[in-house]
Amino acid sequence: MAKMTMVQAINLALLQEMEKDPSVIVLGEDVGINEGVFRVTAGLHRKFGEDRVIDTPLAESGILGTSIGMALAGLKPVCEMQFDGFSYLAIGQLEGHATRYRSRTLGHFTCPLVMRFPYGGGVRALEHHSEARESMYALMPGIKVVIPSGPRNARALLVAAIRDPDPVVFMEPKRSYRAFREEVPEEEETLPIGQAHVVQEGADLTVVSWGAMMRATQQAVAEVQDRRGVGIELIDLLTLAPLDQATIAASVKKTGRCVVVQEGPRFYSASSEIVATINDKVFEYLEAPIKRVTGYDVVTPYFSREEHFIPGPDKVAHGIEETLDF
Amino acid sequence: MPLKDTRTFTIPFLQVLGEDGKVDPKLDPKLGDDQLLELYRGMVLGREADQRMLKLQRQGRLGTFSPSTGQEAASCGPLLAMTERDWLVPAFRELGGMLMRGVPFSRILMFWGGQEEGNVFPGAPNTLPIAVIVGSQIPHAAGVAYALKYRGEKNAAVVTFFGDGATSQGDFLEGANMAAVWKVPAVFICQNNQWAISTPITKQTVSETIAQKGLAFGMTSLRVDGNDALAMYKATRDALDQAYRGDGPTFIEAVTYRLMMHTTADDPTKYRSEEQVKEWEKKDPLIRFRIYLRGKKLWDDDREAALLEEVKQEIDAGVREYETREIARPETAFDHVYGTRHAHLEEQRAEFLGALQRSTPHG
Repeated sequence: MAKMTMVQAINLALLQEMEKDPSVIVLGEDVGINEGVFRVTAGLHRKFGEDRVIDTPLAESGILGTSIGMALAGLKPVCEMQFDGFSYLAIGQLEGHATRYRSRTLGHFTCPLVMRFPYGGGVRALEHHSEARESMYALMPGIKVVIPSGPRNARALLVAAIRDPDPVVFMEPKRSYRAFREEVPEEEETLPIGQAHVVQEGADLTVVSWGAMMRATQQAVAEVQDRRGVGIELIDLLTLAPLDQATIAASVKKTGRCVVVQEGPRFYSASSEIVATINDKVFEYLEAPIKRVTGYDVVTPYFSREEHFIPGPDKVAHGIEETLDF
Repeated sequence: MPLKDTRTFTIPFLQVLGEDGKVDPKLDPKLGDDQLLELYRGMVLGREADQRMLKLQRQGRLGTFSPSTGQEAASCGPLLAMTERDWLVPAFRELGGMLMRGVPFSRILMFWGGQEEGNVFPGAPNTLPIAVIVGSQIPHAAGVAYALKYRGEKNAAVVTFFGDGATSQGDFLEGANMAAVWKVPAVFICQNNQWAISTPITKQTVSETIAQKGLAFGMTSLRVDGNDALAMYKATRDALDQAYRGDGPTFIEAVTYRLMMHTTADDPTKYRSEEQVKEWEKKDPLIRFRIYLRGKKLWDDDREAALLEEVKQEIDAGVREYETREIARPETAFDHVYGTRHAHLEEQRAEFLGALQRSTPHG
């Protein structure tokens, strides 16, 4: 075991999968000699060479499009979009091809690739570098959307994503990249895609969150528990699509109250789907309206004001207490 | 300081077989008789299949499709140069070439008949399905070619097709550029058929040629008479040999013409003149190839009649298979969304089956 940041843990996953499987290749802008703008691909170019760690031309759609071709021809590309706001340029290839190659060819051709990128705000970054639009990806049938919250699950989930038979959008909360360290085992570890993690059990209220919001949420949960002497069940979603409806439903059935914490805008979002899931599955167990603590439906504000738009521990705690008091 | 030319470029134009059916002996790829006949058969099959599809569509037995009539040389010539080791990454106007590849005609009909089975090609390995989003398949071709190079596959390359309209797309620029930078074994064939639905090439680009766009990426790039099957064969042969040697991709602009409508949902009389169509009908790739074969004593009226009958049988068989094959159960749409099973889809499948039992389609 070594204490690692999320960047180091993701790097470990890439390194070990590349060592294990020669069909795994890494491509993206500045991922080679420069080792990625966040150093996620550190050491890979040196170890595996430029044919396996490709510094691509600057072309997001082309990066995903060529990755699709590589996947169709039997490779396992792990491509990097440099920032969340640039990933939109690849959406045409994602929705137009990656999502549907398996379906439209009845499984004859498949598209096992990982499109990974740093997402989200909180690092005082330039315009287009602070976007949390995971919901946009999660609504496309045929892809999986995975969002780790810490170093250890980031490593285990990326290994699973690389081995997955389907295209996986792997979104890395950039404000958690170096914010804290965790023990990450040297030996192989994977987590199943599509399965949420119950971080702590509790009988009085369920909180569902994911990605960078997990830290603010954990802090809020601890505060409210201390203050109110209640038991809060905390679910780290880890995979947004396909959604682990069973874990959410089982928890809310038990607690009767739920708060969903999400960084991105609220309308037509993952949080909406979680509310709908609870409505479908366990409506009769609800004792309070489901609360959503989310970003607002505004264009991502520039960084001088971004802190007001990203849910923090206070907003989350307030949401939890409102729901407890209903 | 006076301005100096730092670079000058030329765009060669290749024509082997003139409209009069005469071959330039210096450029003749010297195909054997069997290959010449195979090439002609491919073009005739493509033409006849296309015309049959038009009838089927008008009779309501087939959905909207994009006819390839007039462009047979541009896809059949390249296909004759390819082997099964090479990958074919088509657009949607390469009917003759796809049939030469060994894609069963019934599968083509299934695609345009609204069945996903039309994307699965038994007997034609390394062949991607039709790509409808214009130009979006071009990066795929570059990626497949990268995989071939990465694995060190010998004598294997990717041939991809697209139209003149596709060269305005970002994905063309991105995919072609990456292929050139990575020096992958790929051949980019642009069927410049002068029209992207109603948009003439003059509104698509003011480049004098499309071939110079390939040149801009640093690729070997040339213009070819796209209605000359021998030139299309030769250009592709040379491009494949270059790719096999590891010397990178080639861009081929095949100058041709879309004699029919864009798709059967389109009326071209609205935007182009009958005179232009008549001019290009004179350059029909089948006519000149037939004259050439007759000149070589390989062809006569009897053989033509026999070939048409043989091709008709094959087309009939394809139509029969398409029309008699049972359409897959609708719930199979749930089968291949993912390679793994997921609860929400299983629940939706069950819900779907329940609805299916209770109601009629669209009910």
